[in-house]
Amino acid sequence: MSQSVKRTFAVFVEDKPGVLNRVASLFRRRSFNIDSLNVGATHEAGVSRMTIVCDADDDKAKRIEANLYKMVNVLWVDDITHKQSINRVLALIKVNCNRDQRDEILKICDVFRARAIDMSPDRITIEITGPQDKVEGLVSVLRPFGILELVQTGTVAMTRGVEKHGLAHPTVPASRNSAV
Amino acid sequence: MTPANPKLENRIGESLSGAHIIWEALVREGVDVCFGYPGGAIMPAYDAMIEYPIHHVLTRHEQGASHMADGYARASGEVGVCIATSGPGATNLVTGIATAMLDSIPMVCITGQVPSQLIGSDAFQETDITGCTIPVTKHNYLVTKAEQIAPTIREAFYIARSGRPGPVVVDITKDAQQQSCVFEWKDDEIVLPGYRPDYAPLAEQLEDAVELIKNAKRPILFSGHGVVKAQATETLMEFVEKTNIPVACTLLGLGGFPATHPRNLGMMGMHGEIWVNKAIQEADLIIAVGMRFDDRVTGNLKTYAQNAKKIHIELDPAEINKNVHVDVPIVGDARTILKKLLPHVDKCDRPEWLAYIEKIQGGSTVKDIKNLPDMGKLYAAHVIHDLYRLTEGKALVVTDVGQHQMWEAQYYKHDYPRKLITSGGLGTMGFALPAAIGAKFAKPDDSVWVICGDGGFQMTQAELSTCAQEGIKVNVAIINNGFLGMVRQWQEFFFGGRYVATPMLSPDFVKIADAHALTGIRVEKRSEVEEAVRKAEATEGTVVIDFRVEQEDSVYPMVPAGADLGDMIERPHKPGTHDHNPIFETGEDD
Repeated sequence: MSQSVKRTFAVFVEDKPGVLNRVASLFRRRSFNIDSLNVGATHEAGVSRMTIVCDADDDKAKRIEANLYKMVNVLWVDDITHKQSINRVLALIKVNCNRDQRDEILKICDVFRARAIDMSPDRITIEITGPQDKVEGLVSVLRPFGILELVQTGTVAMTRGVEKHGLAHPTVPASRNSAV
Repeated sequence: MTPANPKLENRIGESLSGAHIIWEALVREGVDVCFGYPGGAIMPAYDAMIEYPIHHVLTRHEQGASHMADGYARASGEVGVCIATSGPGATNLVTGIATAMLDSIPMVCITGQVPSQLIGSDAFQETDITGCTIPVTKHNYLVTKAEQIAPTIREAFYIARSGRPGPVVVDITKDAQQQSCVFEWKDDEIVLPGYRPDYAPLAEQLEDAVELIKNAKRPILFSGHGVVKAQATETLMEFVEKTNIPVACTLLGLGGFPATHPRNLGMMGMHGEIWVNKAIQEADLIIAVGMRFDDRVTGNLKTYAQNAKKIHIELDPAEINKNVHVDVPIVGDARTILKKLLPHVDKCDRPEWLAYIEKIQGGSTVKDIKNLPDMGKLYAAHVIHDLYRLTEGKALVVTDVGQHQMWEAQYYKHDYPRKLITSGGLGTMGFALPAAIGAKFAKPDDSVWVICGDGGFQMTQAELSTCAQEGIKVNVAIINNGFLGMVRQWQEFFFGGRYVATPMLSPDFVKIADAHALTGIRVEKRSEVEEAVRKAEATEGTVVIDFRVEQEDSVYPMVPAGADLGDMIERPHKPGTHDHNPIFETGEDD
């Protein structure tokens, strides 16, 4: 048995009503715990892309993949955990900030490549994108100022370089064997 | 593709209502019987049905309809069809759908839905049945336009029957049934971009399997439901006769490999034969064919078959390494894979292993239970064994869930596939009678026997009325012990003998049969069994036999839930004492 690690799956699905419900229902009933799930359109009409992050060891990851493939609306599943990939979350953070604190907070933003996007006399709103740990880093530095509101997306991810399948949008391969 | 039905007028290109298109599509998919119950949202479809060569069986409850479609599918290997209205009609199907899902039964369920403009308004008899059935269907559809009906039903049948089969729900709004559109029907191959049920094994996996088989000293082969479904019986026989590997069956695998074949050891698992479980624990190779290592088969996973390498031949990749970690997974259907392996495996006699198994078998089996004394009592095991003898093992037996189901599996030896129908995965009480009705429609020439308990029978006994209305014949053997027997047994073994909510007062089943103008027989002694069975076989119409058996008999042997497979509770054996119980372990026929 391998260790349970955070896994990232890129899942291409047909853009049809109820598909998100089906995928979420699968994870719930098989007790696969979802850390985050993100879904949005792709460049291809009729195809949505989900990024699902969850804890799983190697065996469980294969079963998650095989179970996803059992769904009629799932076109392609890519476990990109161990591939060179770009992972991003977006967070908006509203922080207490009086006149005297502004400079300090803006410097912090610089360090984290975050941006101030809104400001009022006693508060400031910051936008950051980056890997989950970078966002968590910023949050921990801002916490002493008093965080008023925080919202973040789940991870979206993409592999680096050119996809081997080379298709406009990949579909289930003709002959596959998830047990390999 | 589906041959055109000669009774069907060609209406392709005509403008038809959605309701008509439903039946056009079903007939083109080869459907000639469906099971259902009408209601508001499906009335347009029912109104159009009369124009089509489809026999509709009116059930007494929608649960009966889904079990009948299931029984029909299990007996025939074809897709079973049931139909119901929206809301409660649809939700009543759900138990039957879940039953079919867990046992991978191809089924298409058509449900009516409130008009599309009312969806989401909590309209009268509105239920989100596609939402409800996501976890218990292979796939489902909500159809809101007439032109979607034909392609959706085609897809539904394709998905239901291909790959690992399963139930598909097609929910059709009332307005879609009422609208008209030009009817089109394509006969080309269905290609769904996200659904590819065709799997090919990898060459190296086959090679690894051959190597393991070659080196095994104590191999055992598991024959599961997948063998029955893939029609792999003959190939498996060739494989076993060449390799002399002994075979153990799962509950749903019974009949997939002949019970009376010398290499067949019997059933494995919780109520399997002692020697089978022992052989599994001592084996050095398991070849699991078309089964999924259910917890009722393995017992404690930590101690399960630790010395064995495992080859898993299975159609569904999601089953690989789900419960038991295997050394060589081979994804594909049982017959194809066994055929591929067959030329590469060696002929082998394995005298030592077979002699060893015979030795452990000999120590724990009673050779012929029909000669055992009954002490004036009626034992379920005797009833089922006699039934086996009198029907010459050729009946199509449909069992319910509980003690009688296990006794049937132990004492009725199935030599042919698709002759035992039982709810294995979900364990649905009330399954037997409606499933038997469905099976009888699939196999009208078969002698169909229901074996059920007094509890399960009462869950769906209203379907006796369906038997009467349809004029069909099934024989119902109620193993009546006045208890919910399996729960009572667990209470006896594991809950300090506190019989909470298990004693059951039943109506007079003979009078129940009588009330339906059917034949009822009561049997209280073993000497009456033969006459009753013969009478039932000779009587026209459905017969109910109320076998008043020993009340507190238990199914032995038993692996308690979660215990080690080798750790079985055996029947207490006190020869010579007054309360000596004559039935030991399981028996073998002469």
